[in-house]
Amino acid sequence: METILEIEHMSVFFTQYERGIRRRILPVIRDLTLSVGAGQIVAVVGASGSGKSLLAHGILGILPYNSHVEGTIRYAGELLTPERSAELRGREIALIPQGVNYLDPLMKIGPQLTKGSREEKVHRRTRRALERYGLGRETAEMYPFELSGGMARRVLIASAVTGTPRLIIADEPTPGLDAKAAERILGHFRELADEGAGILFITHDLELALTVADQVAVFYAGETIEAAPAEDFSDVSRLRHPFTKALWHAMPEHGFNPISGAQPYPDEKAHGCPFAGQCSECMSDCRETDRIPLREFRGGMVRCLYPGEETVL
Amino acid sequence: MKHRLQFTGKKLIRMALLLLGVSIVTFLLMCASPLDPLQTNVGQVALGSMSPEQVERLEAYWGTETPAVQRYLGWLGDVLHGDMGTSLLYRQPVLTVIGQRLAGSVLLLTAAWVFSGVLGLILGVTVGVFRGRWPDRLIRGYCLLISSTPTFWLAILLLLIFSVWLGWFPIGLSVPVGVAADAVTFGDRLRHAVLPALTLSITGVANIALHTREKMIDVLESDYILFARARGESEASVVLRHGLRNVSLPAITLQFASVSEIIGGSVLVEQVFSYPGLGQAAVTAGLGSDLPLLLGITVVTSAIVFAGNLIADLLYGAADPRIRRGAARE
Ligand SMILES: Nc1ncnc2c1ncn2[C@@H]1O[C@H](COP(=O)(O)OP(=O)(O)OP(=O)(O)O)[C@@H](O)[C@H]1O
Ligand SMILES: [Mg+2]
Repeated sequence: METILEIEHMSVFFTQYERGIRRRILPVIRDLTLSVGAGQIVAVVGASGSGKSLLAHGILGILPYNSHVEGTIRYAGELLTPERSAELRGREIALIPQGVNYLDPLMKIGPQLTKGSREEKVHRRTRRALERYGLGRETAEMYPFELSGGMARRVLIASAVTGTPRLIIADEPTPGLDAKAAERILGHFRELADEGAGILFITHDLELALTVADQVAVFYAGETIEAAPAEDFSDVSRLRHPFTKALWHAMPEHGFNPISGAQPYPDEKAHGCPFAGQCSECMSDCRETDRIPLREFRGGMVRCLYPGEETVL
Repeated sequence: MKHRLQFTGKKLIRMALLLLGVSIVTFLLMCASPLDPLQTNVGQVALGSMSPEQVERLEAYWGTETPAVQRYLGWLGDVLHGDMGTSLLYRQPVLTVIGQRLAGSVLLLTAAWVFSGVLGLILGVTVGVFRGRWPDRLIRGYCLLISSTPTFWLAILLLLIFSVWLGWFPIGLSVPVGVAADAVTFGDRLRHAVLPALTLSITGVANIALHTREKMIDVLESDYILFARARGESEASVVLRHGLRNVSLPAITLQFASVSEIIGGSVLVEQVFSYPGLGQAAVTAGLGSDLPLLLGITVVTSAIVFAGNLIADLLYGAADPRIRRGAARE
């Protein structure tokens, strides 16, 4: 299987000014490692504020101007420079955003998807993309506010296939949809993956992620703390990181035991393992060891000094 | 369509009530004015040398003896019959005076309005795009400086530099001195209008540019701009296709709201440039206790401002598909 996207040690920082003068560098993603193969759906699961959207924007090269990125991102084996991602986004790398507010409220759907192009070829492709998701010609003449929730979601997916996407980044594409509708949308993703695209599926809903994903990367406070094949989630003892296990126990079919506490904010001075505050297995050296590396463990990756220990609940 | 008519009807009723309120406030302010109309307009000495009958006739002319409520109701009754009364100072029907003065100001006001609107929009959008970088700091600093400068002071400054020192433009008035009315060319009028119009525009541009900048920044930070970038649209396409389109709606509102600022500013500017327009007439009427003229001018200018807002609302409805299509489907 060909690797489409390979992220190694990626960090994202924001430069902020406090009271106008004091400059402050805020790390929002730290040492992130992740890869997506062709035909594969990789779910990125993490709580709100863990940096999932910034990951997506970082790959697309559309982070705000007061940020900078470290580490390497490779696309189809080659380094993804800002110039290269500017060239590829919208053609080979597509974003499927969260909802209808990502469409220009004052522009008809058609011109938004054709990006103002006059070429007949582009218009034909757009028509076909809309048809593929059951949207007729009249959809192109509609404004975003005239679409129903489900239609809007299909328009957003259609926008990804107006190009020839090899990497699709879906950032929380299903909120507010009922289980059935969400399943249908995820079905479309599976189809796109089967056609050869790599899909990075960003969500905070582990249960939903497990219904389609091949691989799951778990995000905590801007770090990947575990990467595991989806099968591992059938048995909690195969999971590696205490946070992943806690997520597993929080799933409705495993007893709905929510984890207490919250992840630290990016600006809280971090010493030792960022999960220490919520971890039931936390040892004294966990609080002292800075920058715990991500390492191979039982066929997956984990960032923990004592991975795979039994969780007592 | 029915919806639109209803909307316009409601607005017109509100406008009538507003005009009524404006006229009452103006009237009350004039009644509270410490200026005695006889002393101001006839003069202390002349008044002293007059017989009591003459003074009584003058008092009747200026209406100082009639109770306030009766005077106001009398004025209102006449206005409802289409008669705005006669100016006490100019001894001409108020409408004639306003018509002449408005004709004098219209070149000035329109030029300032169009110029400040267009340039303000262009500057605001540009600065919004370059936010935080040097074009932004430069233009924003300039705009903040200008909008915190009193208009009359700016007028005096321009007058000093361009008329007194450089001698490029006339020092005042709207036509050359000592030239027969029919010998005055459009070029003459234009030359006299340039400086006052420039003063008004400079202040107007700063306000509109600063407001447009805020709107543009909001638009550029929106989710749909992010997605447009993610779809591979170029920076130029993002700004021109999505940015301008979305900033145009608030720009309509801003542009028509600026009518009131331009008219308000013209009062001071026309005074500095001795430009015989509506603004100057307002000052004369106010200081000379010419109640019918002042009431007439306030009501007419309020009506113009209100009409501007109404046009803005109607244009907004025509430009925003959410309102246009929403109304069409009803
Ligand atoms: N422009 C910015 N400047 C500074 N900090 C930012 C900026 N944008 C985002 N952040 C911070 O980065 C962190 C990660 O944000 P991000 O939007 O990626 O979270 P997320 O995982 O997508 O959350 P959600 O599930 O709510 O969408 C947040 O704590 C946020 O406050
Ligand atoms: Mg997000």
